[in-house]
Amino acid sequence: MSMRDRLLIAGAVVIAGAVLALACAAARAESPDLGRVATPDEIAAWDISIDPSGAGLPAGGGSARQGEAIFAAKCAGCHGEKGGGKPNDQLVGGQGTIATDKPVKTAGSYWPYATTLFDYIRRAMPLPESKSLKDDEVYALAAYILARNGIIGEDDVMDARTLPQVRMPNREGFVRFERGR
Amino acid sequence: MRRLRQDDIAPEPVAGNGLLDRRIFLAGGAAVAASAAQAEPLPVEPYSRTPGAGFTAYGQPSKFEKVGRIFASAPGTTGTGAARTPLHLLTGMITPNGLHFERSHSGIPDIDPDAHKLLIHGLVRRPLVFTLEALARYPMESRITFLECAGNGQLLNAKEPAQAGAQGLQGLVSCAEWTGVRLAVLLQEAGVDPRAQWILAEGADAAGMSRSVPLAKAMDDALIALYQNGERVRPSNGYPMRLLLPGFEGNMNVKWLRRIKLTEGPTMTKDETSKYTILQADGKALQFAFPMEAKSLITQPSPGLAMKGAGLYEISGLAWSGYGKVAKVEVSADGGKSFAPAALQEPVLSRALTRFRLPWRWDGGPAVLQSRATDDTGYVQPTRAELLARRGPNGVYHHNGIMSWSVAPTGELKHVYA
Repeated sequence: MSMRDRLLIAGAVVIAGAVLALACAAARAESPDLGRVATPDEIAAWDISIDPSGAGLPAGGGSARQGEAIFAAKCAGCHGEKGGGKPNDQLVGGQGTIATDKPVKTAGSYWPYATTLFDYIRRAMPLPESKSLKDDEVYALAAYILARNGIIGEDDVMDARTLPQVRMPNREGFVRFERGR
Repeated sequence: MRRLRQDDIAPEPVAGNGLLDRRIFLAGGAAVAASAAQAEPLPVEPYSRTPGAGFTAYGQPSKFEKVGRIFASAPGTTGTGAARTPLHLLTGMITPNGLHFERSHSGIPDIDPDAHKLLIHGLVRRPLVFTLEALARYPMESRITFLECAGNGQLLNAKEPAQAGAQGLQGLVSCAEWTGVRLAVLLQEAGVDPRAQWILAEGADAAGMSRSVPLAKAMDDALIALYQNGERVRPSNGYPMRLLLPGFEGNMNVKWLRRIKLTEGPTMTKDETSKYTILQADGKALQFAFPMEAKSLITQPSPGLAMKGAGLYEISGLAWSGYGKVAKVEVSADGGKSFAPAALQEPVLSRALTRFRLPWRWDGGPAVLQSRATDDTGYVQPTRAELLARRGPNGVYHHNGIMSWSVAPTGELKHVYA
């Protein structure tokens, strides 16, 4: 191959690369881009999901003692007195049953993370008027369910710092699914 | 179910208890002999003499068709539960929109499409808000895909066979043509931070239904679906927009989608921890079983559709796999002792319901009908016993074991374990 051929090939490669780069840039530029940039205030009003790190948990706090009356008034109708279940999901008890023939899956026996309690109660409970509880009430209800399950004490305050530190009994009870299992 | 009178030519069975070659109808070997029993002149009905009804804005099925979903809601609620597709009364691969199954966690929200917004935020370069009007201007793609509730078929975990039919046992699966905007396009516009590995998808319903989805799926074939079988997504299926994750368990295809947050890890929402996890006998639960496994069932005949006398019938059913295309469906009429390959109705699409059919000459004696799907990855649908031996009886979700219908000499069908 002559030097001239080599230069021609090299040139062609450079040109092809440039064309490809342009095409890619064009493809990006062609995206409709019709979204409006969201402001932090807009996002804050909707950003209610809480992961196990607890990032985003709001200020405030509550204990089981504070949660007891709220539970009786707003939760016991569906979840039973002290969370014992019926007509809907049982929240308390069942520890030690998960590996038996009759597993009783409750927040205390099955749920791997305490942060999920705050996330779910705040977004979805009580069923007839979800998102109506104040953050202090949500913390107090999470504390109540944890205390009834013997996971924390009656006066332990659940807040943005303490809730993610709660070690749930079934924390190690989950394995990643693989096909064929 | 179609009943045909037996022809003079009686083709040889290809599997036990009268299963015939799948090509028999095509080959004409099972042509129906005409009967000359008609005694009266064929009537000319009044509707053939006078003009019929006028037009309506939105058509409805014939008043003679008693087809509908069956549903149940949690105690004290009206919209926390599921409505099941009448699989035994439908054919083809597409589920009519009014009969698509539905699973809701706190009712169907009444969403004004002009007020609805989709927020994409979290680990992105710039968080974006989209209106429906904006999304409607994006390039669209369609996917014909099944949706199946992860809890579909869970009654097969029970010790004794539940006395229900295809609708009651497996009616939480449907198939539609979904059309919308590729989620990857919106995520690219927002600019994905390299730390992001998951998204959290959240609905605007009162339950704020939320699930974590691997970013890889979101960037692959996920859609923000705006249309269902050509019309706007039905309220019960997420109007004005839902997440569509072809092949993945129904619950993750978040309806009434209002928010997508890009995150490093899964959020560990209530539904991906306390629910939708497969508890095994050893006490360890399988988490993040996303695609629905290969599965099939016979829809005709099935309980509620009694057979009327010995003769030639067409067995028909549905097969699907969240991992790809259905490669093969085999049918048994002797409780799994022998199988014959069924004909697959084209088109056979990846992650779509596939209709299968097989001719059967029923001799009027007892029979047990089964179907077994194999997908294009080579995975074979297990028996119920194999699945339970592996997982134990408390897995609840993702039960894809083989179903059995017994046929009594009266023609009645019943759910059995075989």
